[in-house]
Amino acid sequence: MKQIPAPLWTLTIGVIVTLVSLWVGFNNDWLPEQASAQSVLVDNFFNVMVVIGTALFLVVEGTIVYCMVQFRRRKGDDTDGLAIDGNLPLEAFWTAIPAVIVIGLGIYSVQIFQDMGGFAPGDQVHEHGTRLAQASTAPLGDLTAAEVDEALLAQSVYGIGAPLDKEGQAADLEVNVAGMQYAWIFTYPNSGIVDGELHVPVNADVKLNISANDVIHSFWVPQFRLKQDAIPGKETELRFVATKPGTYPVVCAELCGGYHGAMRTQVIVHSPSEFNNWLEQRTAQAETGTAETVAINPADLTDADYLAPYGKAAGVESHLLAHLSD
Amino acid sequence: MAQANITGEMIGNSFPHPDKWKWYHYFTFNVDHKVIGIQYLVSAFFFYLVGGAMALVMRAELATPSSDLVDPNFYNALLTNHGTIMIFLWIVPGAIGGFGNYLVPLMIGARDMAFPKLNALAFWITVPAGLLIVGSFFFGGAQSGWTSYPPLSLITANTAQSMWILAIVCAGTSSILGALNFIITIWKMRVPSMGWNDMPLFCWAILATSLLALFSTPVLAAGLVLLLFDINFGTSFFRPENGGDVVMYQHLFWFYSHPAVYLMILPIFGIMSEVIPVHARKPIFGYKAIAYSSLTICIIGLFVWVHHMFTSGTPPWMRMFFTVSTLIVAVPTGVKIFSWVATLWGGKIRYTSAMLFAIGLLAMFVFGGLSGVTLGTAPVDIHVHDTYYVVAHFHYVLFGGSVFGIYAGLYHWFPKITGRMLNEPLGKVHFILTFIGTNLTFLPMHELGLKGMPRRVAMYDPQFQYINIICTIGAFVLGLSILPFLINAIWSWSNGPKASGNPWNAKTLEWTTDSPPIIENWDVLPVMTEGPYAYGEEPAEVSS
Amino acid sequence: MQGAIEPTSDTAAVAEAHHEEHHDFRVIGLITFLCSEFLMFAGFFVIFLVYRSAAAEWPPEETEIELLLPAINTIILVASSFVIHYGDTAVKQNNVKGLRKWYAITAAMGAIFLAGQIYEYMNLGYGLTTNLFSNCFYLLTGFHGLHVFIGLLLILGVLWRSRREGHYGAEKHTGVEMAEIYWHFVDVVWIVLFSIIYLLTLV
Ligand code: HEA
Ligand code: HEA
Ligand code: CUA
Ligand SMILES: [Cu+2]
Repeated sequence: MKQIPAPLWTLTIGVIVTLVSLWVGFNNDWLPEQASAQSVLVDNFFNVMVVIGTALFLVVEGTIVYCMVQFRRRKGDDTDGLAIDGNLPLEAFWTAIPAVIVIGLGIYSVQIFQDMGGFAPGDQVHEHGTRLAQASTAPLGDLTAAEVDEALLAQSVYGIGAPLDKEGQAADLEVNVAGMQYAWIFTYPNSGIVDGELHVPVNADVKLNISANDVIHSFWVPQFRLKQDAIPGKETELRFVATKPGTYPVVCAELCGGYHGAMRTQVIVHSPSEFNNWLEQRTAQAETGTAETVAINPADLTDADYLAPYGKAAGVESHLLAHLSD
Repeated sequence: MAQANITGEMIGNSFPHPDKWKWYHYFTFNVDHKVIGIQYLVSAFFFYLVGGAMALVMRAELATPSSDLVDPNFYNALLTNHGTIMIFLWIVPGAIGGFGNYLVPLMIGARDMAFPKLNALAFWITVPAGLLIVGSFFFGGAQSGWTSYPPLSLITANTAQSMWILAIVCAGTSSILGALNFIITIWKMRVPSMGWNDMPLFCWAILATSLLALFSTPVLAAGLVLLLFDINFGTSFFRPENGGDVVMYQHLFWFYSHPAVYLMILPIFGIMSEVIPVHARKPIFGYKAIAYSSLTICIIGLFVWVHHMFTSGTPPWMRMFFTVSTLIVAVPTGVKIFSWVATLWGGKIRYTSAMLFAIGLLAMFVFGGLSGVTLGTAPVDIHVHDTYYVVAHFHYVLFGGSVFGIYAGLYHWFPKITGRMLNEPLGKVHFILTFIGTNLTFLPMHELGLKGMPRRVAMYDPQFQYINIICTIGAFVLGLSILPFLINAIWSWSNGPKASGNPWNAKTLEWTTDSPPIIENWDVLPVMTEGPYAYGEEPAEVSS
Repeated sequence: MQGAIEPTSDTAAVAEAHHEEHHDFRVIGLITFLCSEFLMFAGFFVIFLVYRSAAAEWPPEETEIELLLPAINTIILVASSFVIHYGDTAVKQNNVKGLRKWYAITAAMGAIFLAGQIYEYMNLGYGLTTNLFSNCFYLLTGFHGLHVFIGLLLILGVLWRSRREGHYGAEKHTGVEMAEIYWHFVDVVWIVLFSIIYLLTLV
């Protein structure tokens, strides 16, 4: 050890820590599949933080382990350690470095947040419901224009709005989402379709107007990296672009009662033509009145029944599920 | 109003030996700060076992994806009261009430706290809090999480929810009374030879904690009173159908409950600053930086609460402001961490059980803190909020931090408190089991959360079962880890080898009196002749 | 390594110091506590102001408030804060009679304030549960009223104790002082409360 000069050691350790951290940051598979435009932004940011976090972790833990070995009391040695009680430059250094890191991360998060559309919720609030409308779940119908404006004044919309490049533009598709114990109801205002699952076309700019009928719920699609609470008495929205056809879980993330864990459904991302087929089919059904029931109360189901939707997503056979819940 | 002076008149004119306190004195309204400290510690530990038992039932339920062990509503009652008990009846009373009361007067050379009767009152108020929580189970138990967000908390299990509110109000009152007592004791009752900068760092930590408790707890009380009125007296503060605003409750709640997490860690940081120098035989590195960073954390900590509400009804500017303020907390916390590591550097580390827990804490808290930083940024928090990633974060800081810190403190001060030494080999077994158990239980939860498992669910997607089973096994290892400690503590309390006044050769004032200390702490008040961390200053002497 | 702290050997000096070290911290204790209490009120005030700013009409039409009576009440309460101070000054000059007189007047004013409040409640024509405004109104004024009531009890307690010869005097009046501080606190809270509930309706 004595022969190798200290700077060389530091350099080597520095290079190794950097390489390991970069590797961990960009090769971990802790996050689920990326299925929305926003998820790419979030994941990059997360991975940068993993790199920084891993580096800090390795340095701090490495030093602890080094101390534990190097500075352990040897047998028969009852003396004290060195009487060092501070070192101003060193302390300034380890205050400044984290400060620089967190300021950098702060700026970076504002950037990402803006790219995701975080600064633009409620862009076109005038076109939709107001709090009054929502609280009574009645249409705006019998309010005068002045009353509507007044209600709007007192009400803002929260959530994720149009991403930077779409600011001020209307979304391609709008869906009203209502959360209730313990189901999600999706209403397509333009076609009048009501469904228990969310269907959207791929690569379209979709806007969800989220509301809650009873308690707070939270609309979450892990593969989209997006989540927004559904709050009684408040209007929230979530705007996203799904980038990959497929079926993804919609999870309720806010405790909403005993069957909170069973409040799940799916979002189905279609190719544009598939989506149009679905629209036509459902519009036809709506006219003939054969729409299936959408709200089910999980409290009335058996274990196997409420596990069934999970089974589909996880590729588990239903007889296995029945077996599981014995 | 409590009388300020404790004098010979109250406990006899001489300074009687602790033999005078019989076991039943510990069940009375005793005003001796050491008795109160022990009352807090023992009752808090009891509630830790209760809360831990609830956690074990929860983990057993989560071993399978379906809800088969307990009713899902009961599961919610378990998780609500697990969180509540662990926070309000274990960490806060244990770390602040227990160690704070026992040690602060001893460390600053005072005979008691400034208001001994108020102190006893503060302890006894926690008793109804505990009874209310336990009693609420006869009414189904509060089921809306320890956060109790309305409207859910307004419509589920009303009686139990009301009892829960009253319990928290009791615990909060106790904590306010305790806080004001600490502030005045530390401010006014130090021995004359002790300046602010000669004060042990534990006292700084308790001072900072107390200021925080004093200013944030009443706001929670306000929120809870409103909730109580909504449930029982027909008001609509948080009833959206009548214009109430449910998000306002979240602001009031988190304005307290974010600082509450610092209430749970700052006293622990204080314990760290005492334990590490003694067992590393080195002066604490950067005394002033550690002392003042506690105050910095308090002040910044008052302005970060919205990071719990990033997905709630929160306007964009708020999300960004609170992202930045949250990140800044990492700086003063980092200062402490680095200072402790620097204290280890160049020391002669004794691997006592106390030191093992302190180093274990250091290792795990860093991990929990770093995951906290990722949560602090709104874009990432939007994905992981209300998932097991958050559960993993806060168990790392709360279990790997606070609980490890309390254990370190217990091993360190047990000889002082009981006059007996603990058994070291058993302590090491305890440490190893706890360390393995903690990481086994809580490390995998990060992945669960990132992959998509929400928290507070009794039934979950079967694809997560494997990871959950690991967590459950870890939890039972933790359950097992309690045994060596309990055996050790109970056996050593009566049969352990006798401890001298200063078994660790430490330099803070509590070690200048007998173990256990006599009733008014010293026959003759001590005088500080050197700093509390003046290790290694004499030229090295070689002893046999 | 033993010599970290040497106990002083002069026991006599210490025995004396032992008596000196017991200062009476009750007054600063109370002030610290009141800081904390104030934050609870601050929580309520914030709630009130937030709801006010979010409402289209505040107070709503059917729950208007009366201004005259509360204004009179305010004058009484603010005046009582001066009155109680005379009592404190008196006792510091060893004038227990004066203390009793001024404290009795304060108590009477406090009682009038409470009576006025109850009269107001009975004549408003709406109750706690009528709407969000009335929720806030009754909660804030009621909570403050509770504090006035406690302050009143403290003052009566002082009066009760002052009957005993030599219980209070120029050197011994901590209880008197504490009751006074508490009363000032109640007063300050009321001024804020009056401003945001009543005066703000004027703008
Ligand atoms: C002891 C308790 C404790 C402590 C100390 C902390 C510390 C921190 N916590 Fe944690 N937290 C909780 C207990 C605690 N937390 C609890 C109980 C919850 C959940 C509540 C609930 O919803 O039920 C929670 C939830 C929680 C959330 C909300 C998550 C959500 O619900 O979506 C957030 C978000 O910002 C957060 C952030 C932080 C941060 C930034 C810190 C920081 O203080 C951490 C600082 C420490 C470090 C950063 C490590 C050491 C520093 C260095 C090595 C220096 C270099 C570092 C950098 C430059 C980054 N915490
Ligand atoms: C200091 C705080 C603290 C501590 C120490 C712990 C300790 C533990 N917690 Fe805790 N936990 C919280 C604070 C804490 N928790 C909070 C605040 C929440 C959030 C609640 C909410 O969402 O509202 C939470 C939530 C929470 C969850 C999430 C529940 C959910 O969201 O669905 C889980 C799941 O695994 C869990 C597990 C555990 C485990 C296994 C331990 C273990 O470490 C416990 C180890 C201890 C023991 C195992 C005791 C052993 C005792 C015996 C074996 C015998 C018993 C004897 C008698 C009763 C006499 N906790
Ligand atoms: Cu809906 Cu949870
Ligand atoms: Cu927080």
